[in-house]
Amino acid sequence: MLGRTLREVSAALKQGQVTPTELCKKCLSLIKKTKYLNAYITVSEEVALKQAEESERRYKQGQSLGDLDGIPVAVKDNFSTAGIETTCASNMLKGYIPPYNATVVQKLLDQGALLMGKTNLDEFAMGSGSTDGVFGPVKNPWSYSKQHRERRRHDEHDDSHWLIAGGSSGGSAASVAAFTCFAALGSDTGGSTRNPAAHCGLVGFKPSYGLVSRHGLIPLVNSMDVPGIFTRCVDDTAIVLGILAGHDPKDSTTVQDPIKLSRIPSEVDVSGLCIGIPKEYLVPELSSEIRSLWSQAADLFESEGAKVIEVSLPHTSYSIVCYHVLCTSEVASNMARFDGLQYGHRSGIDVSTEAMYAATRQEGFNDVVRERILSGNFFLLKENYENYFVKAQKVRRLILRDFVNVFDSGVDVLLTPTTLTEAVPYLEFIKEDNRTRSAQDDIFTQAVNMAGLPAVSVPVALSNQGLPIGLQLIGRAFCDQQLLTVAKWFEKQVQFPVIQLQDLMDDGSLILENGKLTSVSLTQ
Amino acid sequence: MAMAAAATATAAHSNVVIRVRVAPSSSLRRSRSKEMWARAMWVRFRAAPDRGRGFASKASPQGQVQAAGQGTGTPSLALQGSGRVPTEKIEHLERLALVNFGSREAVARLEKAIAFAEQLQAVDTDGVEPLESVLENRCLYLRSDNVAEGNCAEELLQNSNHVVEEYFVAPPGNISLPDMVNRIPSPTAE
Repeated sequence: MLGRTLREVSAALKQGQVTPTELCKKCLSLIKKTKYLNAYITVSEEVALKQAEESERRYKQGQSLGDLDGIPVAVKDNFSTAGIETTCASNMLKGYIPPYNATVVQKLLDQGALLMGKTNLDEFAMGSGSTDGVFGPVKNPWSYSKQHRERRRHDEHDDSHWLIAGGSSGGSAASVAAFTCFAALGSDTGGSTRNPAAHCGLVGFKPSYGLVSRHGLIPLVNSMDVPGIFTRCVDDTAIVLGILAGHDPKDSTTVQDPIKLSRIPSEVDVSGLCIGIPKEYLVPELSSEIRSLWSQAADLFESEGAKVIEVSLPHTSYSIVCYHVLCTSEVASNMARFDGLQYGHRSGIDVSTEAMYAATRQEGFNDVVRERILSGNFFLLKENYENYFVKAQKVRRLILRDFVNVFDSGVDVLLTPTTLTEAVPYLEFIKEDNRTRSAQDDIFTQAVNMAGLPAVSVPVALSNQGLPIGLQLIGRAFCDQQLLTVAKWFEKQVQFPVIQLQDLMDDGSLILENGKLTSVSLTQ
Repeated sequence: MAMAAAATATAAHSNVVIRVRVAPSSSLRRSRSKEMWARAMWVRFRAAPDRGRGFASKASPQGQVQAAGQGTGTPSLALQGSGRVPTEKIEHLERLALVNFGSREAVARLEKAIAFAEQLQAVDTDGVEPLESVLENRCLYLRSDNVAEGNCAEELLQNSNHVVEEYFVAPPGNISLPDMVNRIPSPTAE
């Protein structure tokens, strides 16, 4: 049952083939079994079981709330959840219990979803590996997959070569990839949903900026943050997006246009489409495997009648720098709220207000966060403001214009890689500092955030190390539905394999059949 | 397997043959593309060197570490290109941010970050307006002036570490912070 799509499980719940409580218990037990992945910071077991009970009651009365009723989901730990600790993987917010739910969390709960827990991340969502949080790094479930273990040269029992899950929403990705929930929320500021999705073999969706409410999402970069969605198939993403999208009076950056998202048709014809391949994205650092898959994907679209053309985004090489300046500047501003006075960690030093603030922030933030704050403050100094911050804003406009020009010329969707390589081992990843890694890893994903466009990473194939590789599709602003339609077609063509995890296979209730998980017995 | 065959690419790197595993029922077909560009792209894809280490084309020059106490004496202006951040600037930043660098390596990383950001100067932005929001073409709307929520003082006070009645308690605020940033003692064990 855990391997099914949302729609299938929803149908099973309606027909009584499985109950929300059984589903919930199964997921909780799997969370315990996969604890070594460190995907969860908080497992909200009691809350989930209570929600399952209520959901069961609704199903018995034939009054289910919708496709998400009784479905286990997980939420990244930078979304506020009422009554459940929200830490952003930082000492600054350890023990902080928000008094309200983020709008997107509330929407999920209103639909009857079961909240399994809060997932791990890089501290304050800064990073591209989910390695820099105070609760430790997240391990990529594919490190333990049969597909990878067969290919790697290391000793079976040596765990030191585990791979990163990607970041910063690595915990959410790992939680879905390990089947502990059906969907998870992440956030995407520079690629933080698409990057781990690619590394963990999932669909990682970034909606258009302004489509989904950010109220309750602890902000990193207000002008670029969006909530992101992780699922195992595009259909599921569409279901979740349908619930989350829409104007929120509590978030003035959500648009007021009426949003109508309907079911994605199962038969999709791509022959009328124009696919753009940005030539500046072909960089030397791109792994040859991904380069090859990218090329094949382009050929695939073409063979089905789509028009595939090369396009140019001339300011691509500046987008990382631009992002770096804007991100650190907005971070410097957003992190200023953490002073220990009204919430969060408070230092014991109370000689003076400033001393207390300084000590609190010193103790509460890790190196990465502090450095970004300091860099941001540098760029915001009066003497630097024009030359760095405003300049970056101007370059941002040029980058946005690049995209607009490309889409105006008739391109419907852009096809690019998501990451430079497959997931790397943790020991290798930490050889470079956070900023360098982010600059490298975000290269394909962050220009999209600067332009506020929708984008999705679709898992395409396994590398020769047995690890997932994803490709990215970028759509026009507020054309999320069209983008998902193309993604669904693409997903169907590539037939990405299911992860074969030992924990799942040992569990007597699931067996593998032609690469697809099927449920045998749920009565345990 | 069409996919695997198509995936074979020669590269300078030792990782020559690329086998892509796809489930048997894959319908990913091999292209017989006639377009010039597609072949050119394919050739291009194959000819491009394999992933290099790091970020060669965007490598930032190594900033020089400013040894503490070596003030340059020049007015605190933006970086002169040598990569050094004057000590006064460092202290000023720490004062503004109310976090400190903690180590020389951190200062060095700031210098690298600044040098990295210098690349922006190469872009011609004459006549370009700064972009603040991608939604700039939309009107910011107002809602009606009705009280919709509130009355949650108690809940909010609960999150604070030091509260007296309905007040958040702060240490005295009229004491400035000279050099204390660099010499913050470790939290008192209480």
